Amino acid sequence: MVKVTFVSSDGTRREVEIAEGETAREAALFNGVPGIDGDCGGACACATCHVHVDPTWIDIVGRLKEGEAEAELLQFAEGASEYSRLACQIPMESAMEGLVLHVPAQQY
Amino acid sequence: MSIDTIELDTAEKIAAIPIDEIDVSRPSLFQQDTIGLFFDRLRKEEPVHYCRESHVGPFWSITKFDDIMAVDTNHKVFSSEAKLGGIAIQDMHSVEGALELEMFIAMDPPKHDQQRKAVTPAVAPSNLLLLEPTIRERACQILDDLPIGEEFDWVDKVSIELTTMTLATLFDFPWEERRKLTRWSDVTTAAPETGIVASYEARREELIECAMYFKGLWDQRVNEPPRNDLISIMAHSPATKDMPFLEFLGNLLLLIVGGNDTTRNSISGGVLALNQNPTEYRKLNDDPSLITSMVPEIIRWQTPLTHMRRTALQDWEIGGKQIKKGDKVVMWYLSGNRDETVIDQADRFIIDRKNPRHHLSFGYGIHRCMGNRLAELQLRIIWEEIHKRFAKVEVTGEPERLYSTLVRGITKLPVRLHAR
Repeated sequence: MVKVTFVSSDGTRREVEIAEGETAREAALFNGVPGIDGDCGGACACATCHVHVDPTWIDIVGRLKEGEAEAELLQFAEGASEYSRLACQIPMESAMEGLVLHVPAQQY
Repeated sequence: MSIDTIELDTAEKIAAIPIDEIDVSRPSLFQQDTIGLFFDRLRKEEPVHYCRESHVGPFWSITKFDDIMAVDTNHKVFSSEAKLGGIAIQDMHSVEGALELEMFIAMDPPKHDQQRKAVTPAVAPSNLLLLEPTIRERACQILDDLPIGEEFDWVDKVSIELTTMTLATLFDFPWEERRKLTRWSDVTTAAPETGIVASYEARREELIECAMYFKGLWDQRVNEPPRNDLISIMAHSPATKDMPFLEFLGNLLLLIVGGNDTTRNSISGGVLALNQNPTEYRKLNDDPSLITSMVPEIIRWQTPLTHMRRTALQDWEIGGKQIKKGDKVVMWYLSGNRDETVIDQADRFIIDRKNPRHHLSFGYGIHRCMGNRLAELQLRIIWEEIHKRFAKVEVTGEPERLYSTLVRGITKLPVRLHAR
């Protein structure tokens, strides 16, 4: 299991655990973390599981790659930044133990 | 009530048509609402189906949820470009005398991305928070003016009125003239056979009139400080401020149609669905917090746009079928939204589904409906306010449906209100 902390827009921190290989989207949805919609079912097709990776973690998680589907979708998301990722595209691994993800106020 | 029940002999006739001869492009199937029986057959017997001959030429039908998702998210292979035919089963730019409109829904990247990015902020969540009180206030006004116990047309008095008011708010459109927006929306998607316009020439003239009207608003706002309405946003954004005329008109109409027909028909469709499913109506009355999950279920159930179309830029295989470069590929959202292999009890309207937003009505990928949160907001507000006022919106007669392959529309819905 890997520990992940989701920080909501009001500052509330929720630490949850998820099996390696599952994505950060599942980490939120399986543990009832609010603010991650994930309408498309985790297919990188709707951009409603937008998170901002804590800057201290971005090099381990990896940044958006220009021209890939994830970046193409997130360019339309409100408040997208250089730390933006889709939670469904972050498979959890042991190197991410303690990962911190910031959840935007609303998904779009 | 016989609403939506299909005569037995109709069902038998549809079951007897050879699969190769099925042609789901006929608007009458949608108007009579027998189209679901055709899609049931295609999903079971030939989920990726080729129709050799139709009034819109040969086309592929993609009818299953996952195949639709695969096409929708693959814009590098499946193009939306207007010059290749665009986004609807009927080719854009194919009709003599029609305007060759340009709109970003019918463009591929990179131009699509620039224009979409420019207008998105108007319907993004933070702007919706600002709009919500106005939309609610106007919804309350509409509902407070309705007669109790008397039959009237829900489509005209509520569905059209609310969506038009919202659109006028988004555009900061002159209030007293807001029904012009409704008319222009109807005209944009109309072919002469619908009776909405007399000819393509007449349609062209009305749309030019629309463009001139908006040009006036544009000229006024471009000289004022930037504001949050769509016209001001477009007039001030580098990506949209220097658009050629047909692109200006095309994008305006896209925003008008996108925010009008679709929500209008979902508002009407919800009333109809609750009347056809009295158990669900009781659930709603017992627990109005179910509105949150009912709203996306209504949008799935209605599927206000039946399809989107793409054109293959290269040979590609889907579901074991070989699609050729240049082929017309139609993603039938209406069918995918009834796909039992993805949606549990897909042919039932259930207001407390577990994953109600997992539907195709907004599409997926880069062309996914930009106004999806606004649509949900309007539906949520109207149902919250209906619930406070009325014990039931009772459907009192047969609904009338639109003659269209694209817009799944309800044109008349007689109702009677019961006071709470």
